[in-house]
Amino acid sequence: MKLDHKSKILLAALAIALLLLPFITDALLGRGWVRIVDFAMLYIMLALGLNIVVGLAGLLDLGYIAFFAVGAYCYALTGSPHLALAFPLAFPNGVHLSFWIVLPLAALVACGFGVLLGTPTLRLRGDYLAIVTLGFGEIIRIFLNNLNAPVNLTNGPQGISRIDPVSVADVSLNITQNIFGIAFPSVHLYFYLFLAFTALVIFVSQRLERSRIGRAWMAIREDEIAASAMGINTRNLKLLAFAMGAMFGGASGALFAGFQGFVSPESFSLMESIMVLCMVVLGGMGNIAGVILGGVLLAVLPEVLRHSVVPLQQALFGKTMVDPESLRMLLFGTALIVMMLYRPAGLLPSRVRRRELDTDEAAEKV
Amino acid sequence: MEILLQQIINGLVQGSVYALVALGYTMVYGILGLINFAHGEVVMIGAMLALSALTALLGLGVPPLLALPLSLGLAMTGCMALGYSIERIAYRPLRHAPRLAPLITAIGVSIVLQNLAMMIWGREYHSFPQLITNSPHNFGGAIINDIQIIVFVMALAIMAALMVVVHRTRLGRAMRAVAENQHAAQLMGVDINRVISITFMLGSALAAVAGLMVSANYGLAHYYMGFLLGLKAFTAAVLGGIGNLRGAMLGGLLLGLIESLGAGYIGDITGGFLGSNYQDVFAFFVLITVLVFRPSGLLGERLAERA
Repeated sequence: MKLDHKSKILLAALAIALLLLPFITDALLGRGWVRIVDFAMLYIMLALGLNIVVGLAGLLDLGYIAFFAVGAYCYALTGSPHLALAFPLAFPNGVHLSFWIVLPLAALVACGFGVLLGTPTLRLRGDYLAIVTLGFGEIIRIFLNNLNAPVNLTNGPQGISRIDPVSVADVSLNITQNIFGIAFPSVHLYFYLFLAFTALVIFVSQRLERSRIGRAWMAIREDEIAASAMGINTRNLKLLAFAMGAMFGGASGALFAGFQGFVSPESFSLMESIMVLCMVVLGGMGNIAGVILGGVLLAVLPEVLRHSVVPLQQALFGKTMVDPESLRMLLFGTALIVMMLYRPAGLLPSRVRRRELDTDEAAEKV
Repeated sequence: MEILLQQIINGLVQGSVYALVALGYTMVYGILGLINFAHGEVVMIGAMLALSALTALLGLGVPPLLALPLSLGLAMTGCMALGYSIERIAYRPLRHAPRLAPLITAIGVSIVLQNLAMMIWGREYHSFPQLITNSPHNFGGAIINDIQIIVFVMALAIMAALMVVVHRTRLGRAMRAVAENQHAAQLMGVDINRVISITFMLGSALAAVAGLMVSANYGLAHYYMGFLLGLKAFTAAVLGGIGNLRGAMLGGLLLGLIESLGAGYIGDITGGFLGSNYQDVFAFFVLITVLVFRPSGLLGERLAERA
């Protein structure tokens, strides 16, 4: 990709702004908001992964968070003292694999679940995939909640804590590090880690989108029958999209577990899947910039609501009538409906996608 | 032996409720080729409306035998209005859009309904008022109580009535015609928008009845109850062959049996490794198994990709 002079400058400015972001946020809004920015980065990674499935290949995955959960529990089990409870003889101190070994493993395991789930359903109409993934998201939670007896694998609803922090080249990201005389608190360090991963995910999705595979995905999304008539193996390619999305989900999950140091089934509810889906739909399915915008908007929105809705209601009615959590979900649901009705290609639509979703209107105009 | 009989009775009663909900999925699917994700939430709204009306009426001193049909009627009316609006707002404008679009609005509708219900009725479980002395009967060593008998008989009666409507009336003929071929039906003078609206309303009325039955049977209602129930009823519809009314009924009863027997015996089979807390998992495995081996369901025709 050749860049002209102007976009080079813009890109450099963006990079510097991103590198300074944690310090600026810290100075202006406080340490808590850096953490929120970190989570926003995680959500963007998730949304970009889901974008491959929903945006590029046009498959509706309603249980995406389940793959995130699989990844998170992979690292939680292999990077914490927890397994000592289940197998005290084999692992008296639990298992403490390095994060960098578990990360590809987690991606692989999530990918395996994706293949397992996709193989029977992807032969059929897209609706089946939607409902099977919806079910899978719930089943994973039932298993995570109940696999604490008779062998304590997941510690049930209490979740697994004391997960090893991520360390890069023996530098733990969990404590403040001094680099060149500048103090980098833990949340800042994780920000840079997530930034690097997000950049990687963006790079990979961009390359995928412009590859032969990406074009085949878009062809399938636009008309599956026509695509298969053109010689595209639709089932294998759909499976590939689904598995690849799952892989990104699993990798993000491992990052989440390392960052949070604690996982419990509660973090992987259906609502989280819906939130990630909202990011993709709101921002613009199939468009990387749109998905990032959606991710940023929706990751920050709950915090804004939390800080505005409760005081506002206190001022108006003297009590909290609607809690911000359910208001947030109500807004998400409404956003999904309104976006599909009035702006189906999202806030920042991809050009191809817009053409496709507008076909009916265009046909009517002709 | 008594335990087996007991599991079968429980399974059939639960299954008859699944069947009622599955009918709603299958009717809409048969006509529009669309999975109405929000259907489970309509069941929940029906249960909540009925429960609120019942509590209010009993509080006013209305005799239970009058309050029950009144609140059921109210819930059915409310759900019919809801079903009509859902179709009008979220599905009709997207009838010719790519298939992803109505799926996404459908999930949006169910999120909205769930959270509205949470705002109105709160997060807590609502208990179903004691209306009749729910006396248990001995049935060959197993126990079956009054509410279970009423639920089962009523579900069968409603299913029979629905079959009569679909196969013996003018409206039913119009519904079948639209399901067969929308354009041809329209050319024959069928008002397809009206038929589709009525289908949604019928399905929602069944959902309201099912909602009341579930909450009466378990004695509880909760804003989150629609989600799993909807998922299971959908599984029942797929098991029987989606788009096929008899299939939905058969699938519902079968799924109820599978679940109840499965939950009863999973402990013995796995040597105590998995317990009855995995009850909700069975429906999912049934769904996957059906999709792998016979995606058209037990009574369904071959599923063709809709061009």
